[in-house]
Amino acid sequence: MAEIWSWITDLGNSKIVALLLFMTTFIVIVIYLFSNRRRSTRFESYRYIPLDDEDSHLDPNAASGDRNKGERS
Amino acid sequence: MSEKAATAGSVPASTAVPSEQYNYEIVKKFSIAAVIWGVLGMAAGVWIASQLAWPFLNFDIAQITFGRFRPVHTTLVIFGFGGNALFATSYYIIQRTCQTRLYSDRLSLFTFYGWNLALILGVITYMAGITQGREYAEFNWQIDILIAVTWVVYFWVFLMTLLRRNQPHIYVANWFFMAFILATALLHIFNNIQVPVSLTSPHSYSLFSGVQDAMTQWWYGHNAVGFFLTAAFLGMMYYFVPKQAGRPIYSYKLSIIHFWAIIFLYMWVGAHHLHWTALPDWVSTLAATFSILLLLPSWGGMINGIMTLSGAWDKLRTDPIMLFLITALSFYGMATFEGPMMSLKSVNALSHYTDWTVGHVHSGALGWVAMITFGSLYHLIPRLWNTKIYSLRLIYIHFFLATIGIVLYIVSMWVAGIGQGLMLRAFDEYGNLAYTFTESVVFLHKPYVVRAIGGGFFLLGMLIMAFNVAMTILTAKRAVPATDASRATAATAS
Repeated sequence: MAEIWSWITDLGNSKIVALLLFMTTFIVIVIYLFSNRRRSTRFESYRYIPLDDEDSHLDPNAASGDRNKGERS
Repeated sequence: MSEKAATAGSVPASTAVPSEQYNYEIVKKFSIAAVIWGVLGMAAGVWIASQLAWPFLNFDIAQITFGRFRPVHTTLVIFGFGGNALFATSYYIIQRTCQTRLYSDRLSLFTFYGWNLALILGVITYMAGITQGREYAEFNWQIDILIAVTWVVYFWVFLMTLLRRNQPHIYVANWFFMAFILATALLHIFNNIQVPVSLTSPHSYSLFSGVQDAMTQWWYGHNAVGFFLTAAFLGMMYYFVPKQAGRPIYSYKLSIIHFWAIIFLYMWVGAHHLHWTALPDWVSTLAATFSILLLLPSWGGMINGIMTLSGAWDKLRTDPIMLFLITALSFYGMATFEGPMMSLKSVNALSHYTDWTVGHVHSGALGWVAMITFGSLYHLIPRLWNTKIYSLRLIYIHFFLATIGIVLYIVSMWVAGIGQGLMLRAFDEYGNLAYTFTESVVFLHKPYVVRAIGGGFFLLGMLIMAFNVAMTILTAKRAVPATDASRATAATAS
C-alpha cells in the first residue's frame, strides 16, 4: 500500500496519475448519464428550465412558446 | 427573502412586474456598459488596424501608437465589451433560471463599479505607457488587486444566489458561468503574482522567470480564451438560443458531456502557443494532443446549439436575432476546428508569428464571442426595459455588416499569414533566405488594408447597434410617463 502511495505522490508519475484521474471521472460521468433510463428522462426534463419563465409576449419575433414544438421524435 | 421567493413561485413571470421579482437594474447597467465599451474597443481596433496599413496614422503621438493602443483595444473588447456582457447575462440568467433575486444588490453594484473602474484605469495607464507586458493581462499590479477583489465579490454573489434558488436543478448555463468565474479567478491570481518595485510604483517584476514565466503567461492566455471567451459565452448560448428559438436545447445530456469535457481538456492546451521554443518537447506534444481532443466537445456543443433549431429552420428567414445566434455557433465550430489544426506542430511552424494567428483569434472573437453577444443583447434589452426593439431592420443591417466584416477580416488574415509564413520560410538554391523581412512587410500591405476595411464594417454594425439600443431605451422611457398619464386619466374618469 505504501508503495502505491509513494508512486502516486512521485511527481514524475503526475502525468499518468492526472490522466487516470480525469479519464476515470469523465467515463463515470458518461456512464452516470446514460446508464439509467429514468435518470436520463429526468435530465432531459431540465431542458425546459429556460422556457419556464416564458415572456415571449414582449418579443416581436418570438414563437408561440409551444413546448411540444421542441420535442424530438 | 420569503416575499421574493413567494413572488417567484406563485406569480407567472409574464404577469409579474419583473423589476420587483428580479434585480434588472444591475443587468441594465452592465448591458449599457457593454455596448459603450464595445463601440470604443472596436473603434480602437479599427484605428490600430489602419495604423498597420497606413503608419502615418501614428501622428507621432506616443499615447496612440500601436504598442500602447493595442492593449487598449484588447482590454476594451475582451473585458469591456465581453466582460460587461457576461456580467449582465450571468446576472440575468441566474435570476431567471433559479427563479430568485440576486443575493445582494449592493455587492452586485460593487462588481459593476469595481470592474469598470479597473477598465478605465487600465486604458489610462496603457496610454501612459504603464504595462505589465503580459498579453491580455497588461494591468499593473494595483489594478490587478482591484480586479481580484471585484472578482471574489462576483463569485460570492453568484454562489449565494445559486444557494438561494427556488428551482431544484441548477441549469447547465449556470455551470458554465460558475466554471468561468472559478477558472478566471485562478488564472488571474496566478498569472499576476508580481513583485512590486515599491508600494508607490506601478511597476513590478513577475515572480516567475524564463520558460516558466512564458508557460504561466500562456496557461493564462489560452485559458482566458477557454474559460472567459468560450465557457462563459457557452453559458450565454445555452440560455439565449433556446429562449429566442422558443424551444428547449436539443439535448441536455449532451450539454453535460460538453461541459465536463471542456472543463477537463482546456487547462492543458496553453503550451501550444509555445511550440518550437525552449519549452520541453513533451509539454508541447501534450498541449497539441489535448487541443485535438478539444475538437470533440466543441463540435458537440455547436451541434447541440444549432440542432435546437431543428424543425424550425424557417426562423432564420424571419428572425435576425436567431441569425446572430446561429451564425455565432457556426463561427464557433469553424474557430474550434482551426484552433486544433493550428496547434499541430507542423502547421504551427508555418502559422505562428504570422497574421494567421490574428485572423484565427478574430474568427473566434468577432464570429463567436461578439455575434453571440449581439444576439443575446438584442434579446435581452427589450425585455429589460419592457418594450420592443426600436428597429428590426437595423438588426438585419447590423448582421450583414458584421458578417461581411468578419469574412473580409478572416480571409485577408489567411492570405497575410500564410503568405508571410511561406515567405519567411523560403530558401533559395544556396540555402539563403529567399525573401528579406522588408519584402514580407511590403506583401502584407494589401491584406492589411482589407483587414482595416473589414474591421470598419464590423464597427459600423456596432455603431448601428448602439443607436438601436439607445432608441429602444429612450422609447421605453418615453412610454412610461405616457402610460402613467393614461392610468391617471382612467382613474379620474372612474
